[in-house]
Amino acid sequence: MKDTTNKPVLLTMRNIEIEGRSDETWSPIIKGVDLTLNKGEVLGLIGESGAGKSTLGLAAMGFTRDGCRISGGTIDFDGIDLMKASEATRRGLRGKRIAYVAQSAAASFNPAHKLIDQYSEAPVQHGVMGRAEAESDAVELYRRMQLPNPDEIGFRYPHQVSGGQLQRAMTAMAMACRPDLIIFDEPTTALDVTTQIEVLAAIRDIVAQFDTAAIYITHDLAVVAQMADKIKVLLRGDEVEEADTRTMLASPKQDYTKTLWAVRSHARATQPPVEKGTVPVVSVKAVTAGYGPIDILKNINFDIHKRRTVAVVGESGSGKSTAARVITGLLPPRQGQVLFDGKPLPPDYRQRSRDQLRQAQMIYQMADTALNPKLRLRELIGRPAQMYLGLQGKALTDRIRDLLNLIELDPDKFIDRLPSELSGGQKQRVGIARALAAEPKFIICDEVTSALDQLVAEGILKLLDRLQTEFDLAYMFITHDLATVRAIADEVVVMQNGRVVEQGPKDEMFQPPHDPYTELLLSSVPEMDPDWLTKLLKERAEKAS
Amino acid sequence: MSIVWEMIFKRLGLGLLTLLVISVIIFSATELLPGDLAQAILGQSATPETVAAFRKELGLDLPAYQRYFNWLFGALQGDFGTSLANKRPIADLIATRLGNTLFLALYAAAIAVPLSLTLGILAALYRNSIFDRAANALALTSISFPEFFVAYILIFVLAQSGLFPSMTRMDPNTSLGEALYRAFLPALTLTLVVTAHMMRMTRAAIINLLASPYIEMARLKGINPMRVILKHALPNALAPIITVIALNLAYLITGVVVVEVVFVYPGLGQLMVDSVAKRDFPVVQAVALIFAAAYVLLNLTADVLSTLSNPRLIHRK
Repeated sequence: MKDTTNKPVLLTMRNIEIEGRSDETWSPIIKGVDLTLNKGEVLGLIGESGAGKSTLGLAAMGFTRDGCRISGGTIDFDGIDLMKASEATRRGLRGKRIAYVAQSAAASFNPAHKLIDQYSEAPVQHGVMGRAEAESDAVELYRRMQLPNPDEIGFRYPHQVSGGQLQRAMTAMAMACRPDLIIFDEPTTALDVTTQIEVLAAIRDIVAQFDTAAIYITHDLAVVAQMADKIKVLLRGDEVEEADTRTMLASPKQDYTKTLWAVRSHARATQPPVEKGTVPVVSVKAVTAGYGPIDILKNINFDIHKRRTVAVVGESGSGKSTAARVITGLLPPRQGQVLFDGKPLPPDYRQRSRDQLRQAQMIYQMADTALNPKLRLRELIGRPAQMYLGLQGKALTDRIRDLLNLIELDPDKFIDRLPSELSGGQKQRVGIARALAAEPKFIICDEVTSALDQLVAEGILKLLDRLQTEFDLAYMFITHDLATVRAIADEVVVMQNGRVVEQGPKDEMFQPPHDPYTELLLSSVPEMDPDWLTKLLKERAEKAS
Repeated sequence: MSIVWEMIFKRLGLGLLTLLVISVIIFSATELLPGDLAQAILGQSATPETVAAFRKELGLDLPAYQRYFNWLFGALQGDFGTSLANKRPIADLIATRLGNTLFLALYAAAIAVPLSLTLGILAALYRNSIFDRAANALALTSISFPEFFVAYILIFVLAQSGLFPSMTRMDPNTSLGEALYRAFLPALTLTLVVTAHMMRMTRAAIINLLASPYIEMARLKGINPMRVILKHALPNALAPIITVIALNLAYLITGVVVVEVVFVYPGLGQLMVDSVAKRDFPVVQAVALIFAAAYVLLNLTADVLSTLSNPRLIHRK
């Protein structure tokens, strides 16, 4: 990390207040935050979702999203008062001197234009360079961002390029006018760990090369530890504390920061091995499955036992969710079969009996879209109980209330709420209650915590753990996050390109020797050590040479 | 580009199939009408022998499927038979009328399409401003009035004063400039009727996209608002806009009877209405088939253009 404390100041934000409009009233989002950034300095902005990180980051560009307004404070960018400047002046700065890198490059690139056209737009429009010059410059930056085929990749449309490559192309695009400041808004959150490393390394290098200042927004502490010179923690629109990265990691002062640091503490106790000869609840036998002419799953085998959690890990596209679709009968396999309590299940869910369907339930990644927004919790949770168990009237209401108690939501307060009246964590709890309502033996959890903040995710994992012991459940836990695996799994199945590359008890999994792919996955998980990325890249470079 | 050609051929095939089905429906519908054609033409006093002879002459004594195929193969070669009313070949009868109808439709479209696109884009750019509200209010007002009413208002304002003719006479010798002048009022009426739909769709399709991350990205790159709309929103909004334009063009060809009647414009719509009144079924069938073909062809073009506007469909991974 470089010393930037003596450099001239680039950005000063004083007592910033930002309000958002909901139902005709303005409510505060940012409540008087100060921020100072020197030239070439990287500030990490962290906090849970809803803390106002993105809003504050955008305000540094003098920009607010529709329905928001900056209601107080001053923003000074290199001597220009952004609050008083005209819209034309601010527009002149955006893209030219202050650039933005969005969370989802796939959504933030215009699907109708080629990458290089989008790259050269800002330099040409701002009059920094001509079209031809911008294009050759793009190729140069694509090369520096270590994109494959830098000469040719710009002439593709966004949908023809992978997520990790798009994210790097977007960073290159932000660099197009060689800005003084770049706002990175969770640029690696949507990526797999192995891809994340490449993007982080590329971003860090290019920011250092051009001595660009940056505000790096993220909820992942380990990531921010690699990228930032100093860290600012936000909580519900207020600053909690700010310090340089090493001080902050070593000795956080505030209680809230300490809880953030301590989050990944939940770890499931090692369970005794399953007795030989026990019939697994679910057994996937030599399954090959896929869509169209392509096999997504190639001859996979694994068992899931009563009161045990099997974590299925792998990158996106490795076939994790397809395996879940085969077990639930949504995708009949081409070969092989699924056994439930030792008996084969019909391959197609339409041929399964209601009781077979009841036994295997699912909890989804996006609780937002998995719950019908028009139904109250009473109906959402009550319907499976009614359909599978035939409960009616008072018995049904009692059951719903029991389930709400189980997921730690007060029935008197929550039973008649709509999903829109719940927080993200509460919605996911309702998803769990809905699965439990069918009284299943087996639950598939598909990335159930990856859309949640760490503190909230922790609560969900603890709840799932408790319910498992209470109801003797078997879990299949699909995730790409190895910290979650540590927290909840008994056994791990590592998948790559539709094959199981390694499987076994969790403790063995985290001990060497590993399959090379597992090794890559494990070593790619960011650690809190600020030198982790530097060390890792060095190690990998040495290994390669 | 082979994907595009493959799609065009597929759509053309489907379009022809649709037309075939429609031809069956048109033919059956006229078959189902009550009464005997020969009897109707010859009148009550005709003897059974004359009626029978006449039926034979018209080919009505043949079974229905045979008459259908005769009709269909004739139509495929451009021979729609002869009119019952005036014994002239239907193809000749329709040719000039079709030309007139297409002329008026193109004329109205040439004003309405650019006008509504411009208004829609400007309304999206200055959304919720006075301009947006005024454009919306005017467009909605003009679409809400019945066509004949709009036509009479225009006649009252523009024809009473002698600026434009209220009756549109068209003959083969009219020069283009003269034709444009004579057909101005009907074209303006049609423009007023179809603009609202296209303009509001353009506005809605663009505004719908303004919340997308890539629009925010364009703004954060410091791109000016007009360019954001034209370069970033519009290309992604083309599919719904093209579809609405095609629907309105089809309407301009097939649905303008009222306007033709008001301005005494010699188009296909009027011919159709007259022929229905005269029970001149061969003409009705022929015009119905042309209308159907116009609909199918325009929608097909819209589908192809929508696909071409989407790089995800043309440039596969």
